[in-house]
Amino acid sequence: MFRFLLRRLMVAVPTLFLVVTAAFFMMRAAPGNPFDSDRKLPPEVERSIMAKYGMDRPLGEQYVAYVGNVLQGDLGPSLKYKDKSVAELISEGLPTSAVIGLSALTLACLVGIGLGIIAALRQNQMIDNVTMAIAVLGVCIPTFVTAPLLVLVFAAKLGWLPTAGLNGIRSLILPVAVLALPQIAIISRLTRAGMIEVLRSNYIRTARAKGLSEVRIVLRHGLRAAILPLVSYLGPACAGLLTGSLVIEKIFSLPGLGKSFVIGALQRDYTVVMGVVIVYAGLILLLNLLADIAYALLDPRVKLS
Amino acid sequence: MSQSNSMTPAAHQGPQTMEHAAVKGRSLWDDARRRLLANRAATISMGLLLALVLLAIFGPFLTPFTYDQINKNDVWAPPLTAGHLMGADSLGRDLLARLLVGLRVSLAIGVVATAVSLVIGVIWGATAGYLGGRIDELMMRFVDILYSLPFIFFVILLMVTFGRNIILIFLAIGAVEWLTMSRIVRGQTLSLKQKEFVEAARAAGLSDQAIITRHIVPNLLGPVVVYVTLTIPAVILAESFLSFLGMGVQEPLTSLGTLISQGAQDMEAAPWLLIFPSVTMVATLMCFNFIGDGLRDAIDPKDR
Repeated sequence: MFRFLLRRLMVAVPTLFLVVTAAFFMMRAAPGNPFDSDRKLPPEVERSIMAKYGMDRPLGEQYVAYVGNVLQGDLGPSLKYKDKSVAELISEGLPTSAVIGLSALTLACLVGIGLGIIAALRQNQMIDNVTMAIAVLGVCIPTFVTAPLLVLVFAAKLGWLPTAGLNGIRSLILPVAVLALPQIAIISRLTRAGMIEVLRSNYIRTARAKGLSEVRIVLRHGLRAAILPLVSYLGPACAGLLTGSLVIEKIFSLPGLGKSFVIGALQRDYTVVMGVVIVYAGLILLLNLLADIAYALLDPRVKLS
Repeated sequence: MSQSNSMTPAAHQGPQTMEHAAVKGRSLWDDARRRLLANRAATISMGLLLALVLLAIFGPFLTPFTYDQINKNDVWAPPLTAGHLMGADSLGRDLLARLLVGLRVSLAIGVVATAVSLVIGVIWGATAGYLGGRIDELMMRFVDILYSLPFIFFVILLMVTFGRNIILIFLAIGAVEWLTMSRIVRGQTLSLKQKEFVEAARAAGLSDQAIITRHIVPNLLGPVVVYVTLTIPAVILAESFLSFLGMGVQEPLTSLGTLISQGAQDMEAAPWLLIFPSVTMVATLMCFNFIGDGLRDAIDPKDR
């Protein structure tokens, strides 16, 4: 176990380094700079601003300095928001994004696995067909279609939930639901497929022959094997949630990380973009690692080595 | 697959056909076609998709308005008024004309980006699977690493760096989507290379490259076709995400994603601007998904 973790860490660190490098140079290759504005700055002012942030030095030198700072835990100042460091911006945005992302993931797993089990147990019956039809729809309808429609119904027409903004738990219901929907669709299909296959296997027949209750057979013996494909889907699922969160945060005007990233990229706020990329890449690597560990715990045939 | 191609020698030599010499052999592809045509959702989807493709290709020539024609008198015209079958947008541009062009752009992005991912994925996967050993390990580890990256960020950075260039959107999305393809292809190749005909080719002195292109790749067709039909909708979705974030296709040209994102902004004043593009998009994606599922069931029946 320890050796497995060490080996994964040895892959993760260079990966993160690669991400930082690629993002740094791509961002710098983009035309324009953070100090462009409608009003043209006098050249000497622009020069002194550039010098203040060390951007008058050669690119390679800036890169080495940046990586050095990051290694010491310093993500630098934001180039657009005066008097704010990137670390501050991230610690303001991350809780919102994390709460929404994790709630959506939990919701998607609970509902998706539940629906998948029900559909598998009633294979080719009415409830199975309806669930799977909804699952296909869920994959096909993009979040930026479901979001405005749900807002129109539940916020504008019925007035049950707020339309946008971050204001208590109720304002999170719609974003989390919208974000979870496509994942519910995929997870329920994976669970159904896994469950149908597992329920045909010999050890389930043995369990039935022993006279175990159906609930115990399905939830304890069946589910454990049936959700294996699901565990390896969790990595892509998190990436999907990230992509979705960029859109969700825009639609519901939530002050999360995704919004900082998009705005930062458009405004060339180099340090903010880099900071968000580092945080997200780190999170994804961590979640992939957790998924691998969970896989091994669920399936004793897999040895972590 | 044409009839003549589908008649593999193996089908003629099967024990069944030896007994009834008059009975025509059934190849894998004949069986697959029959199973596919028996799948109602898939056949309806194929018909609908064909109609959508024809509309996307020829439709823009047939509309009374062009997609970028601004009509000052028709601002926010509801459907079926002032000659606008689906209404008009905030600049009085005809929604039907814009929808058809948007469909054309989205489908084109879907097909071209998938083709890019197909080429990269098949070459990468087939090479890794065929060569095996250390090289395989290295190549697939590379794929694993790319898998764990937040790719949407890089696509956004690419868009920012090189401007909103439609060719670049093709390439960027294609470059992201090849990973799964390469995994599927590698798995298939690993099992294919154990087969006798590959051994025979090697014994005949063919180079590795020739074996990969002539013998391995053609036999990968089944799973690859299935995955292609599932990649196209994924690509269309990815493009629409970019468009929604304001980084996709540039005005006045449009795509389904761009239309939907504009429609969402004007939702309360002009719901038709959201509804028609959304329905078109969902219908297109569903067609691809049903066809993909149908093909998978037809080509790989053990998965059902």
